[in-house]
Amino acid sequence: MSEARLLAPKLSPTEKGFRLFFLAAAIVALGQMFLIALFLLNEAAGLLATAPLGDFLFSKDWYPTYEPPEFGALALIVGSVVVTIGSSLIATPVGLGLAIYLAFLAGRRKREWIKPAVELMAGVPSVVLGFIGLAVVAPFLQDVLDLPTGLNVLNASFILALMAIPSIASLGEDALAAVPRDVLDASYALGATRWETIWKVAIPAAMSGLSTAVILGLGRALGETLVVLMVAGGAAQIPTSIFDSVRPMTATLAAEMGETAIGSAHYHALFALGAVLFVLTLAFNLLAYWLGVRWRRG
Amino acid sequence: MTKIGFLALAIISVFGLGASYQAADRPRGESVRISGSTTLLPFTQKAAEEYLKDYPQEVVTVSGTGTGEGVKSLVDGVVDLAAASRDLRPEERERAQAAKVTLRRVTVAKDGLAVIVNASNPIRELTLDQLRGIYLGTINNWRELGGQDRVIVPINRDSSSGTFEMWIEMVLGGRKHRPDAQVQSSSGAVAYAVGGNRQAIGYVGLGFLDGPVAVVAINGVKASIEAVVTGSYPISRGLYVFSRTDSSASADKFLNYLLGAKGQALLEAEGYAPAGN
Repeated sequence: MSEARLLAPKLSPTEKGFRLFFLAAAIVALGQMFLIALFLLNEAAGLLATAPLGDFLFSKDWYPTYEPPEFGALALIVGSVVVTIGSSLIATPVGLGLAIYLAFLAGRRKREWIKPAVELMAGVPSVVLGFIGLAVVAPFLQDVLDLPTGLNVLNASFILALMAIPSIASLGEDALAAVPRDVLDASYALGATRWETIWKVAIPAAMSGLSTAVILGLGRALGETLVVLMVAGGAAQIPTSIFDSVRPMTATLAAEMGETAIGSAHYHALFALGAVLFVLTLAFNLLAYWLGVRWRRG
Repeated sequence: MTKIGFLALAIISVFGLGASYQAADRPRGESVRISGSTTLLPFTQKAAEEYLKDYPQEVVTVSGTGTGEGVKSLVDGVVDLAAASRDLRPEERERAQAAKVTLRRVTVAKDGLAVIVNASNPIRELTLDQLRGIYLGTINNWRELGGQDRVIVPINRDSSSGTFEMWIEMVLGGRKHRPDAQVQSSSGAVAYAVGGNRQAIGYVGLGFLDGPVAVVAINGVKASIEAVVTGSYPISRGLYVFSRTDSSASADKFLNYLLGAKGQALLEAEGYAPAGN
């Protein structure tokens, strides 16, 4: 009894007050999230009055202002998924490579200026990157590869990868730096080379942090709006190559929401797109959480 | 009018719709309600503001619901004037007839879209049929039109814009455009994209012809304000206001203001071509 009281001493009124304040802050933050989700799903549900869920998810015909309108979101969902996968194929190896270089291979002086520079890159506004994609990358791709258009999956993936690389590299480096020195020393003491130590000891030990870094970087690519609006080309089709234009969900929302009559079927269809995006982002975050827990246990 | 009288009128006008098809019973007030096409909304809003400065005793309510909704409200007697970016559809005529309402059409403005290609593209003339083929996907290469052997990259406006709606109506006849057409969300962005891509084709309002782009004549007519006003340019349309033959004096007064010198000056300031009546 006396031991328990020692561990949880009686709180003074000030401490109680602070505890209440932080509890209230937590409830407000959670409540906001909950209400946003509720609003989103409620507005999205309005679509079901005009179009069945199956048509919305599995039809690729997005003609929202035609008479009669068609709200098939498949091409838009595929558009989002394709540019996210494309950017992950570029950003994951480069971002993790940069993290490994910073954590183990760069000297202290090099790390001291490379890491802040990488973190600074994460702060470049997306409109600037989008403009680079539009004015530099698009004509370059079109000229060099002789394409009909430079506004395509490849361009969007490349620019999104530029946005994801800094966060992957920075978070990844943190994870690798957190591997205890003793573990690395033990590996060297057993005669392992630097390569073997990095590959077989440090990376498995930091796997939880590394996978979280990659997933969070990709979550950013999935939700990014301005870049894909500017450089993905905007064609609501299912792409057959990386040189085709696509139209991700976020770009559709940004382009169409402003001009849509509130309460119309089109308005509800855009909210339904938002709900799909919300579910995908939630899945990404749960995956990051799950990977984190799993690797920590393993 | 007293407040109670106004309230009674409001109640009658809301609940008395069933009876209001009978022209003589229709309530008349000083208030003018105009609804309909969002294409004309910037103009009708601006005009209403200026109108109320000149005639502070009048009441004008402006809303944009789309042409179809506006015409429906006009027939129902919920509004006094309906702005429209197209003529009446046959079913709308029938509906008005069934309700024993006669509608009057007045052209308040003209609107036209210029077709542009990259300046390095030698094509300077197309027919409306060829244009339709490009946007439906049956014509895919500039070679088929007498140009270079390059794939055509058609550019659309975003589907919520009045420009897109006009294009689909006037060029494609309401048919679905090819799904691989690119999308830009403003006329300026379309001009920029066409200026940067030698294979692209796009359409913009008459005021957006900057950059390395060339205007393509359609059916032999080049887009210009004059060609739009006279109607000789094929991708031009009238923008209308519909009223009822039993409209109130206040509604007629506002409509005449839109057509008068002040209204037409505001029209041109907002970027439309004049009605040319």
